[in-house]
Amino acid sequence: MEAFVSLANGLAVAIQPANLLFALIGVLLGTAVGVLPGIGPALTVALLLPITFKLDPAGSIIMFAGIYYGGMYGGSTTAILINTPGESASMATALEGNLMAKAGRGGPALATSAIGSFVAGTIATLGLTLLAPYLVEIAVSFGPEDYFALMVVAFVTVSATFGDSPVRGLTSLFIGLLLGLVGIDILSGQSRLSFGVPELYDNIEVTTLAVGLFAVGEALYVASRRHVHEEKLEAVRGSLWMTKEDWKRSWKPWLRGTMFGFPIGALPAGGAEIPTFLSYATERRLTKHPEDFGKGAIEGVAGPEAANNASAAGTLVPLLTLGLPTSATAAMLLAGFQQYGLNPGPLLFADQPNLVWGLIASLFIANAMLLVLNLPLVGLWVRLLAIPQPWLYAGILVFATMGTIAANPSPVELIMLTVFGVLGFLMRRFDFPIAPVVVGLILGPIAESQLRRALSISLGDPMTLLQSPISATLLAIALIALVLPFFLNGMGRFKAVED
Amino acid sequence: MASSPQRRIDVAGLVIALILLVLAGIVWWDMTKLQILSPYDLGPKVMPVIVSGGLTLLAIGNAIGALRGTLPDRDSLDWKPIILILGGLACLIALIAFGGGFMIGTALLFAATSTAFGRRAFVTDFIIGAVIAVFIYLLFAKLLTLSLPAGPLENLF
Repeated sequence: MEAFVSLANGLAVAIQPANLLFALIGVLLGTAVGVLPGIGPALTVALLLPITFKLDPAGSIIMFAGIYYGGMYGGSTTAILINTPGESASMATALEGNLMAKAGRGGPALATSAIGSFVAGTIATLGLTLLAPYLVEIAVSFGPEDYFALMVVAFVTVSATFGDSPVRGLTSLFIGLLLGLVGIDILSGQSRLSFGVPELYDNIEVTTLAVGLFAVGEALYVASRRHVHEEKLEAVRGSLWMTKEDWKRSWKPWLRGTMFGFPIGALPAGGAEIPTFLSYATERRLTKHPEDFGKGAIEGVAGPEAANNASAAGTLVPLLTLGLPTSATAAMLLAGFQQYGLNPGPLLFADQPNLVWGLIASLFIANAMLLVLNLPLVGLWVRLLAIPQPWLYAGILVFATMGTIAANPSPVELIMLTVFGVLGFLMRRFDFPIAPVVVGLILGPIAESQLRRALSISLGDPMTLLQSPISATLLAIALIALVLPFFLNGMGRFKAVED
Repeated sequence: MASSPQRRIDVAGLVIALILLVLAGIVWWDMTKLQILSPYDLGPKVMPVIVSGGLTLLAIGNAIGALRGTLPDRDSLDWKPIILILGGLACLIALIAFGGGFMIGTALLFAATSTAFGRRAFVTDFIIGAVIAVFIYLLFAKLLTLSLPAGPLENLF
């Protein structure tokens, strides 16, 4: 029950008028940017990160949380209405959701996804509240070698286990790890891979990488194949509200989706794709209206959308308690903490309980705000989708470049942004996953410092990694997760089947 | 898609493998210049060794994939918009580097990108871009007190 006392204290922080305002701005910005086609939650947070640079930590982290949840809501609106999910986690929603919109039932599709997101988000945030103190207690006993092993697990699952190709996923991860090496090594004071360029000495900014890969890369990619692929916006026709029948068909998928989403998101396994597609497959099997699937079944929107949001809240468990980001968006949130010199993990719970619990409490508030904002205001968000594509991408690029130089006023930073944009374009073209690069860049240096700490305690003996039972177990899990997809020929296989 | 009748060697895939190998080499070369300060641990060299080794293995993995032709199929590519967008970015970078401020560059980038996406109204878009640039400048510089690179135009505000 200790968790609820902490949560109550957090609530006292979260309902301060200034923090409520930050949460409101966060959800508004998050929804508005998240709704734009091609912009997922990770890019939403990355684009808005420089803006919060000068605000106070508590307020701005509460704002991120709003942006994070808002971006998720906005993303599903786009998935339903134009079938271009900004992120793979909305792919399952797009399947039936876009069909519903085409059949003139876009309103109920948006409603079930908004209410489902609220239900799932609330339950999952409650799960986070209950689980976090226990995990923190366990995490306190972790030595550096255990942390390192845990990060290895996250690396493997994020890049190799659940993607289409383990080799391409690991390639992305190692590009991220390579970028993480650039700059002055804090422990020895020596510069690595900087080639005498002063801007490279203080490491590569995660925001520059993410904005380059996601915004510039996406713009280049979409522009280059505009002649092949045209997007089409479905107008929201008919009633916005769900009928009694819709409610009856939605509530069980919401709960089932949450049950898939939260645990899988909370494991350092990363990615909301697995729970959303599991939920989609389950609803398809359990439905009483199998004839609707493939024509726009409401269960096929309700379940995956709940799973998506529950897993988004779930990824906050390893992020806050262990400092372990398992998705690109979580990596951006970690960058948000780091810009204030805050390191999520058990220590943060001890040192800054007000900040952490204020954040968790504001997640509940953000969720409620989003429900209220999304149902009546959906027409407003939809109008954002009508921005002509040329202006949309031109605006995204302008904002991306401005945010980048506002954070680091140097042309070199813009050159890096451009280079990362070209990298993102090539990765999309050759089907390399993007998230592992971002996770590799931010988690690589943390993993390195844990490894070196472990090695210096053991006087350089690498066997220390196998002598700790926790670390040995985790490394064994990582090995299994690495080898398994080679035998199963890619666990992402079932994705292709559902298409 | 699983088994194409003819297994073609994918040249692009081989180039990717080669780039990874070159990167592995650079990381290794850079690592050799580092000094180990403590006699007990490998210090700053540990991670570069891991990354370099991993990249080498992945270069081999990618090369095998390319020889087997298992890379996913790709659509045809339109180079013109890519050149336009990169050109816009290059103009912006050059203008900022040589003290021209960001507003003209931003307006150019906006117009170039929107042309890349098929609009045929460069002058109109240039003006829209300029308006957005002024708006962002006021928002960032005045409201959020972030500094943006200023040139002659920005100093008017």
